Amino acid sequence: MDGMAAPQVIPAETPEIEEVPERDRPWVTIVWNDPVNLMSYVTWVFQKLFGYSREKAEKLMLDVHHKGKATVSSGARERMEHDASRLHAYGLWATVDQP
Amino acid sequence: MFRRKGSHCVARFEAYEVRALRQVAAEVVALLTDGFDPDDPVVERLFPAVYPDDPASTAELRQYIDGELKTAKIDQAGAILAVLPNDGGTEVSLDEEAAEDWLRALNDVRLALGIRLDVRDDMDLEEELDEAVLRDPTSSRVGQLELYGYLGLLQQSLLDALIA
Repeated sequence: MDGMAAPQVIPAETPEIEEVPERDRPWVTIVWNDPVNLMSYVTWVFQKLFGYSREKAEKLMLDVHHKGKATVSSGARERMEHDASRLHAYGLWATVDQP
Repeated sequence: MFRRKGSHCVARFEAYEVRALRQVAAEVVALLTDGFDPDDPVVERLFPAVYPDDPASTAELRQYIDGELKTAKIDQAGAILAVLPNDGGTEVSLDEEAAEDWLRALNDVRLALGIRLDVRDDMDLEEELDEAVLRDPTSSRVGQLELYGYLGLLQQSLLDALIA
């Protein structure tokens, strides 16, 4: 340990709020509309994979159906890639993005 | 069509249904094994690009996930083939796990057929079938559209039986 007393530095001002760096912004998994998948099946998959209530799953399914896409999960990039892969196993069309 | 019986989903299939199901399941297996072609639109649909605007990241990710995904899809199509006899009608009884394999496999089969038939969101299956019959009642499109309709009803009945 250095015996010399270091001058104490006390931040005098609140640091400026910076924009969240790109790497820290959350990623999202998006499910896209598809003419083949049954609406009831898509709802079931959302409940099954994400543990969503029937209400929430149905709302997401209707968003996919009417708006063409819906964000179904968000978080760390690797977790979104995992979600997309699980959705692909069920035949849903999913992509990952950082909005 | 499937119905609930205790903890199982059960269905009775006639010989022609067994033949059709075996054929479409085997076609998906062939598509994912010897006949694998990454440029086939069906393969593109079954293995969508995770990053549509970033081919490099998509390709990198494929190295980690596509092998497992392909195995899962082959296994679920195999779940259909496993319980159907080579010939003749049969009674099928699926536990929950097998029913979920069938659900995913029927979905893959319908996606493949849907691509081949160019199914669109606004398409009315009945109208499409009528048109195809008027053009040529013996065409393969008539048979394929009927099969596509049948598989949709079958998948719906299985889902209903599973969550009943």
